[in-house]
Amino acid sequence: MANPEIKLDPNTKKLSLIGFSGDFDKLVAIFTLATGAAAVGYEVNVFFTFWGLDAIKIKQGRSAVGKGFLPKVFGVFMGGLKSAPVSRLNFGGISPKIFRYLMRKNNVATLEELVEAAKELGVNFYACEMAMHILGIQKSDLIPEVKDILGVASFLKLSEDGQTLFI
Amino acid sequence: MTFVKTKIELSRLKHGDTLEVLLTEGEPLENVPRSSIEQGFTVLSINEAEVKGTHLVVIQK
Repeated sequence: MANPEIKLDPNTKKLSLIGFSGDFDKLVAIFTLATGAAAVGYEVNVFFTFWGLDAIKIKQGRSAVGKGFLPKVFGVFMGGLKSAPVSRLNFGGISPKIFRYLMRKNNVATLEELVEAAKELGVNFYACEMAMHILGIQKSDLIPEVKDILGVASFLKLSEDGQTLFI
Repeated sequence: MTFVKTKIELSRLKHGDTLEVLLTEGEPLENVPRSSIEQGFTVLSINEAEVKGTHLVVIQK
């Protein structure tokens, strides 16, 4: 939950991130950028679309989330944060475990810690309406921190006058 | 991420409370005090810590 003590200056800078990827390493990049920017006072928006929606589902793990048979199949395959594969050299799912071990060993925040930090720092989470429609996902399938479901036009309006990155 | 953790801890304190942060030399030691000041906090002290290559920074909210 966002910490009410963390307030933004009205003249603050803005960073918007398009979270397209559901890969472990790219999710780490998304949340590292989001938390780093939010910590130094940026207004941060993350627009989760397609594979990125996997990071903001309530059911973190393989589950048949979605309306219809095929979306449910994808829900099982996608698997959430805990099952996110590395974008290269995944080695059947061993690499994310290795990375998590290395992150803990080097006192670097894990992906789950980064997500919690993003919530506490008040990073704005949004979900892509089109991707949710294709995958049969409802807002109730997503974590409560998701502020709204947006289309492209709304996201473009939201990200005006700031930097936008696609990951 | 070091300043992220620092910022979260500082946000949980009451005004006037202090936070001690143990930092390694290099980027963390440069970044955390600078970012703390930019965010309106007060860096009270930066001293070498017992473990070689680390410093204890005291920040007041």
